[in-house]
Amino acid sequence: MKSLKNHISLIVALFTVLFAVQIYVAVDRTIAAYETRLKNDYSIIVVSNKTFTPVEFKAMDNLVERSEAIATDQVLNRLQGEMTKQNLDLLKLTLPKFYRLYLNRFPTPSEIGKLQKRLQKNPAIVRVEGYAQTHDTVYKLMLLFKDVVQVFSIAIAAVTSLLILKEMRLWQFQHSDRMSIMALFGAPMWLRSAVLFRLAIVDAIIATIVLCLAFFVIDQYGWMDVLLQTVGIKIQLFNFLNDGVRSLLIALGVAIALTLTIVIGNEEEE
Amino acid sequence: MDKVIIAENLSLSYKEFESIISKANFSIDAGSFVFITGASGSGKSTLLKSFYGAITPRAGSLMVGGVKMNKISTSKLNFLRRHIGVVFQDYKLIKEWTIEKNVMLPLIISGYTKDVSGAQVQKLLGHVKLIHQAGKYPPELSGGEQQRVAMARALAHNPILILADEPTGNLDEYSSQVIWNLLEGANSQLKTTIVVVTHHIPSEITVPYKHFHIELGNIHEVS
Repeated sequence: MKSLKNHISLIVALFTVLFAVQIYVAVDRTIAAYETRLKNDYSIIVVSNKTFTPVEFKAMDNLVERSEAIATDQVLNRLQGEMTKQNLDLLKLTLPKFYRLYLNRFPTPSEIGKLQKRLQKNPAIVRVEGYAQTHDTVYKLMLLFKDVVQVFSIAIAAVTSLLILKEMRLWQFQHSDRMSIMALFGAPMWLRSAVLFRLAIVDAIIATIVLCLAFFVIDQYGWMDVLLQTVGIKIQLFNFLNDGVRSLLIALGVAIALTLTIVIGNEEEE
Repeated sequence: MDKVIIAENLSLSYKEFESIISKANFSIDAGSFVFITGASGSGKSTLLKSFYGAITPRAGSLMVGGVKMNKISTSKLNFLRRHIGVVFQDYKLIKEWTIEKNVMLPLIISGYTKDVSGAQVQKLLGHVKLIHQAGKYPPELSGGEQQRVAMARALAHNPILILADEPTGNLDEYSSQVIWNLLEGANSQLKTTIVVVTHHIPSEITVPYKHFHIELGNIHEVS
């Protein structure tokens, strides 16, 4: 019973580390998905006195992915009844060209500023509208959220690592008799500590399985998907192959590293 | 004759200015049977500990099996210990392991195959009359039986040297007899060097032996 309690303590601690890491990964994925959505929705409006080709816009800044001219015919057609054909033709000639620029990724506010300046260096461009402010607030909030989650994950990982270290010291204490007897008969360090490593590895595997099950349940209930869809995002919260393998490697890495710390730090007992 | 243990001006202590053994000079021949006697707290067990590297000499030199014990590396110490069998007064058996696995310990450490070590363990458990207890755990056995298991373990890997600290201290007559018979058998048949720390030399001993006595930190040869 005592042994089971010790196992559960380590499994819970390892699970917490893995869960914190996975949440960070999920938030990162959410923000990446949001960035893609922003990028697809986002465009810059350029007003110019002359006609520009997409290649010319691309040459101005490599952030520009493509451009399209905004048709003015619809506006002019509306004015047809109110203006004479002569005036309309004159207006057509003097009316500036409007372009919509799509970018290859969602820029940071400073990148938008730089892009605007670079475009405005061209004398033919009279106005550039970035609409940065509107997108900026939401995006900044998301970045802030990501940073908070990151700090939170690091704090959880640090605290749980300390807990694991403490748990392993307890294990070592429980196994110290056996380890010291083995030492008296010349057992090398790895053989004396084999049971600690075996326990750590088994618990790391169990913690990973529990994590997979937890995300399987979350996935089955679908409430996270509903939440994400309300902001127009669809992501895979947990990829059982990639995330599962990564989680297993993290769990094994943490467990083995902490066991090594304990074993190496321990002086041979008489 | 080859010497298994050579001590020159050997001083042992746990604290810096408190010498338990001071400037001892003695040697133990390979294949001999040696008793070390002395009053309680005279340093007999401490001396024995220094033979298997559980305590490092404070001064002088100590050679065990050709290995200098003064500044011995961990790997060398492990290697040496794999050629020594130790019997402790408190048995030092692994409680979570069966009797069979406890006896097998030195063979596991030395990397013997399961077949070889299994056969050796069966033979030794037969010698100590505990073959029927092989599957039990140490707490299920009496003190005498546990010491017989410890004795079998000490012999399992055919060591060059057996160190025994009060091996029959609290044992019944039958268990004591089994222990002395085994030690004598190992000495006479396998030419294993035996060093026994004890208060009194038992009357059952039939093999020729050497006797060292410790008094006030000094070691002198009695016979």
